[in-house]
Amino acid sequence: MSTFQVAVGDTLETRSFAADSVQLFLYNAAIWNPHRIHYDLPYTRETEGHPQLLIDGPLQGDWLTQMVEEWLGTHGVLTAFAYSNRMAAYLGDVLTGAGQVTECEGQSATLSLTLNNQNNQTTTVATARVRFQARP
Amino acid sequence: MSLLTDEIRALIGTEVAPFEFEVSRNDIRKYAVATGQRQQRYLDGDEAPLMFLFSAMMPVIPLSELLPDGRQPDSPLIPELPLKRIMAGGSEYQVHGRILPGQVLVCRQKLADLYEKQGGSGPLIFMVFENRFETRDGEPVVTELLTRIAR
Repeated sequence: MSTFQVAVGDTLETRSFAADSVQLFLYNAAIWNPHRIHYDLPYTRETEGHPQLLIDGPLQGDWLTQMVEEWLGTHGVLTAFAYSNRMAAYLGDVLTGAGQVTECEGQSATLSLTLNNQNNQTTTVATARVRFQARP
Repeated sequence: MSLLTDEIRALIGTEVAPFEFEVSRNDIRKYAVATGQRQQRYLDGDEAPLMFLFSAMMPVIPLSELLPDGRQPDSPLIPELPLKRIMAGGSEYQVHGRILPGQVLVCRQKLADLYEKQGGSGPLIFMVFENRFETRDGEPVVTELLTRIAR
């Protein structure tokens, strides 16, 4: 039985994410995403009308799962995750992840998470559900 | 008046042929480094993080078939709609089991739902796609509901 003590309102340690062009390139290569808005700045500006290369939405979702799993440690597993990108995030943005426990029920808990940019605008929201158990 | 005609609604439930996706330790390691992962089991490729599965959905097709913006052509499950601008709407994942190196996952995709809402600047059509990842033995691993919005 896990001894991890969790209560509604508990907050996760914040974490900042600031992908540079190398990380953005490697991420899109790793997921095999050839969309120019992630590596071709002239195209991104002139054709798509964005001021800078875009940080992938799923990468932001991944970052929030990382925060949950770092908080959870060896005390449980992620059983559900939902995320939605609310506005564009650009290369050069510093995105700060935050999260808190919103529900506890038996051996499960639900967390609410956000990524905010340096202007305190929310780029991504998410919810995660975890189950407390010894992780294999 | 509804934008979703009976003909369009009849497409709900449409599936495409399942495809297989081999999970490799090296691909997991690359993904873990690229995402700034700090969990050693992912960095070592002993297990894949949930969002690694996003890479499974990216078709590997010849360069000559990529669109001018670089992207692969859209899924054939996207119906012909009266609204043409397609936006991402988010994803929901149910995790049934671990994603492990050496696994061959079978991905089954279908158009799970279509519905419409009135947005602030006009009508919106929501397309919900179900992506089921399971083992070759049929054990579910992850189920994703991916929403895209036409406006």
